[in-house]
Amino acid sequence: MHLTTRDVKKVASLAKLAFSESELAHLTQQLGDIVHFVEQLAEVDTDGILEMTHPLDIHSALRADQVNACLPRKDALANSPNSDGEFFLVPPVLGK
Amino acid sequence: MSVPYQVVIGLEVHVQLSTQSKLFCGCPTVFGAESNTQVCPVCLGLPGALPVMNQRAIELAIQTGLALNCEIASVTKWDRKNYFYPDLPKGYQISQFDQPICGEGHLDFPDPENEGESLRVRLIRAHLEEDAGKSMHDEAAGKADSRIDLNRTGTPLLEIVSYPDLRSAVAAKAYLTELRLLLTYLGVSDCNMQEGSLRVDANVNLHIEHNGKTIATPIVEIKNLNSFRAVERALEYESKRQFSQWQQTGAVMGDSPKQTRGWDDAAGVTLPQREKEESADYRYFPDPDLIPLQITDAQLQRAQSAVGETPLMVRRRLQRDHELKAYDADVIASQGRAMVSYFDEALTKGASAKRLSSWMQQDVMRTLNENNWTITEFPIAANKLASLLVAIDDGQLDNSRGKNVFQYFLDRPASDLEEAIKSLGIASVDQAELEQLCRELLAENPKIVAQVKEGNVKGLGALIGPAKKRNPNIDPNLVRTICQQLIDTEF
Ligand SMILES: [Zn+2]
Repeated sequence: MHLTTRDVKKVASLAKLAFSESELAHLTQQLGDIVHFVEQLAEVDTDGILEMTHPLDIHSALRADQVNACLPRKDALANSPNSDGEFFLVPPVLGK
Repeated sequence: MSVPYQVVIGLEVHVQLSTQSKLFCGCPTVFGAESNTQVCPVCLGLPGALPVMNQRAIELAIQTGLALNCEIASVTKWDRKNYFYPDLPKGYQISQFDQPICGEGHLDFPDPENEGESLRVRLIRAHLEEDAGKSMHDEAAGKADSRIDLNRTGTPLLEIVSYPDLRSAVAAKAYLTELRLLLTYLGVSDCNMQEGSLRVDANVNLHIEHNGKTIATPIVEIKNLNSFRAVERALEYESKRQFSQWQQTGAVMGDSPKQTRGWDDAAGVTLPQREKEESADYRYFPDPDLIPLQITDAQLQRAQSAVGETPLMVRRRLQRDHELKAYDADVIASQGRAMVSYFDEALTKGASAKRLSSWMQQDVMRTLNENNWTITEFPIAANKLASLLVAIDDGQLDNSRGKNVFQYFLDRPASDLEEAIKSLGIASVDQAELEQLCRELLAENPKIVAQVKEGNVKGLGALIGPAKKRNPNIDPNLVRTICQQLIDTEF
């Protein structure tokens, strides 16, 4: 798979990120390298091997429906770039 | 059908499951708490926090699936639905893509246009997912920051997706009404639309007969439907809008991508929502933080026994075993599980189903409405109401004296039938005594006698009040009959 600038632009726009043309070129190279690295897995012969949805051969780890302590609000908001002490504040978004 | 088209509707219903804690963490799901006080590293999406499935949410989803006649998956898994929005802190929603917990099913519901008949909606699937948070925007100017409350983030939702089997706005509303009734019977959700526990999106288009061919208009998804009435109105509006749009442009399905429109309840119109620059691309993939879930036969059996009687089964039972009319059975069943239990309790205490049904629909429901009570708050216990109705059946007192007893019971919750009868001075009236009373009344009211002789039987009604004043135990119907006989023979 060859990653193009268009692919990177699309992924960036889905992530609400904007890049300059030179940044795009740089990122296309970097992301392309990552994809190539992962693509080495395709060399493994997987014929006749059942697909798994998870690498661990375990299932059904459940917890009881019990309420635990929550974070104090000031801690919950602590890492936010902007808050009013009650809410996370983000630049205006209209519509969804 | 007077319009030259067929409306085709499919509904997506999001139901919040009644768990104590969230789907993947132990934060509470209580509505209305102070903002951002029901959050933890898991539902805030902080790095390194790991989700763990809530067993109760799984049980409730299976129960719902069974009641909706769905195939329950033996293995189900979790996927990430990726999109960026400020109220989705992880940048993805944990949902189910290709292996939903509940597969195909169906729901039968009363046909709103043919009493006693039913309609069927087939279901594509019902899957579990976590809810997003809430955004509050600066609606007026759109300039101030948006405020984000993440209390709701991670609350368990079951998304129930129907096939486009509905053919009218009224049918859509009837399906939703039955679905909500079923879910409240099951107790899997409170279905409170004001609090967002039940949310509806509608997909709608038209099949138009034109020049011997069937033409489909582009599918529109309607959002922001905050009540069943809104669903009905929006679908009616949207059908007409699509028809006139087709007449103007001739656009058919495939000419444009699926459009999303929002319902403006005050204006009574659907309005286009801002088109996304890119068509949605959620890039689903299996969530590596969560392992698959196997559902065993033992779990299925437990869920099945928790399902109990559905509204449909109640309606059938009341008609078959107690000979109620379809309409009456539906009124009782539609009042909810607690009302049905009350009804059943009164039946086992000897009340006859028909008299009970009539008293429930009139006196009981009126009293509930007037006092804004639910049946569980109703002060007359089922066995007490039954004792009254049995006494009426036995001829111990008539219906109108029965109403006095009913009121007595309401006023004095600790009383019983014996006390009420004694206090109200209820006694059966001797036939000769009653005839004498009627004779006197007629003698005092020659005008009424004349009216009746001319064929105006209604005049007799004016005698009931004075008769009751003389003896509160008289049976109004009997007074009418006797007076008529006396007029025929003696006047
Ligand atoms: Zn949490």
